[in-house]
Amino acid sequence: MIELANRDQTDTIVRFDGVGLRYGRSPETLQDLSFELKAGSFHFLTGPSGAGKSSLLKLIYLAHRPSRGRIELFGQDIGRSKRKDLPFMRRRIGVVFQEMHLLEHLTAFDNVALPMRLAGQKPATYRTDIAELLQWVGLGTKMHAMPETLSGGERQRLAIARAVVARPEIILADEPTGNLDQEMGQRILKLFTELNRLGTTVLIASHDLDLVASSGMPAFNIESGRLTSPYMDGAADDPADDLGLMASGEPEFIYRRPLTLSQEDSLEDQGP
Amino acid sequence: MSMAFNPARWKPAALLPREEAHDGALVFVVAVLCFLACATAIFAISADRAAQGWANQLQGSATVIIRTKGSESPDMAASRAAEALAGTPGVAQALVLERAKAEALLEPWLGTDGIIKDLPVPRLITVELDPSAPASAKALDNALRAAGVDGTVDDHSLWMQDIIHAGQIARIAAVSLFALMALAAAAVIAFATRAGLSARHDVVEIMHLTGATDGFIANLFQARFAAMAALAGLLGGGAAALLAAGIRLLGGGYGLIPVLPIGWLDLLVALPSPVIAGLVAAIAARVTALGLIRAMP
Repeated sequence: MIELANRDQTDTIVRFDGVGLRYGRSPETLQDLSFELKAGSFHFLTGPSGAGKSSLLKLIYLAHRPSRGRIELFGQDIGRSKRKDLPFMRRRIGVVFQEMHLLEHLTAFDNVALPMRLAGQKPATYRTDIAELLQWVGLGTKMHAMPETLSGGERQRLAIARAVVARPEIILADEPTGNLDQEMGQRILKLFTELNRLGTTVLIASHDLDLVASSGMPAFNIESGRLTSPYMDGAADDPADDLGLMASGEPEFIYRRPLTLSQEDSLEDQGP
Repeated sequence: MSMAFNPARWKPAALLPREEAHDGALVFVVAVLCFLACATAIFAISADRAAQGWANQLQGSATVIIRTKGSESPDMAASRAAEALAGTPGVAQALVLERAKAEALLEPWLGTDGIIKDLPVPRLITVELDPSAPASAKALDNALRAAGVDGTVDDHSLWMQDIIHAGQIARIAAVSLFALMALAAAAVIAFATRAGLSARHDVVEIMHLTGATDGFIANLFQARFAAMAALAGLLGGGAAALLAAGIRLLGGGYGLIPVLPIGWLDLLVALPSPVIAGLVAAIAARVTALGLIRAMP
């Protein structure tokens, strides 16, 4: 069992035990994965294209069920969880999809508002946060632009804003800086780091080893569907210091909003 | 334009894309089904009313055939029978059908060349029964026997059975057609929901992965298809009511089809069409959507 922790985290937020994943009748994409992610940890997931990074993330954000093995999320065995409980677990996870998965018929503002709406929050409680976040990711003048009118980098920033707006307990990002210039990439990385400093667990899949190395954050590697020993595990006490980025300047709402929306928020009562 | 955006005035947009290419076709198909269902219901009511009217007419009368005995003349026997029947409780009136009228009834079969004059044409008595407490065939028969007249009472029960049977068949056919059309509408909507979910799989997947419950996603499709079907129900039901009103207006007092009399109140049958169509659509869309969403992890 590989234990992935940095600083002094104790609670396990993700636990894989002998997990395998097979798509249809094809050979296993992921094999015998056993590891733990501690709450509040920050890791990169590295590996070549096709190694299984995205598949591993999909298992964590509950887009797939494992073919074998056991996955624990937030202390719950997802194999034994009731279906009705899974949406509430998903709300505790922020995902930056590799394909971004923006809703093309909604404006940038509405796209970012989606997690809040699905959690049944009233618009008055998050409108200003979204405006601030969009401003911060450089989309302040494009709040009601449709995604199809945005560039690749802008779409990626929009997807990142949507993933972090609800202050999830864990952020999973699949190549989040792939379409961004170096400056914006570093800025986004700084946002993730600051969120991590505030308690959010972060796992970023990337094949950009330069980015991983420059971040000074620990990484673990996956190859041919198997987890290999950590590629690097030597995070500083305060990773933000190592990044050499500005110490402040993040959207302020991340300091106001508590980690993850209440699980009791129910959509059934809200209606569509 | 972008600079004019004011977050404080932002209102959440519809989560499903507003229009689908096949929405118009779906409204048309469901409207046609609603039209047929409402027209069926209106004509079933009028057929039922017609059958009821015929049954009432038959129930309110009886025919007595008089056969002569011995030297008594047919007219005399008929007259005595009519007198005896008229005094029977439950009889409003008993009238002897004149020989000329009886011969007129036989003319189509026997012609007018005098054969009828040589035949012992039975005398008929038409008995009008008291609608509140009609006399039974047995009571009429007893009255004839008491008067010493040989006769046969026909209370039209044979015809009555046929008419009641026809009325029942019409009702069952109407209800079956109505149910069939409701099922067809549900199937069309289920198909459209499936197509809509398939076309918008990306939207559904994102909502699903972002924490939407199955019920929330199903609600979106349910609301959309219920609204569309309600509109279709309004159009179809309205068209059926207009058709029925046209038939009622064009034919004078009895309508264009006197044998199927349409009352103005019958048009109210079309009134719940939007509600029923919406309800059927909501159920069909919800069941279909939940089935598809639950196939996701």
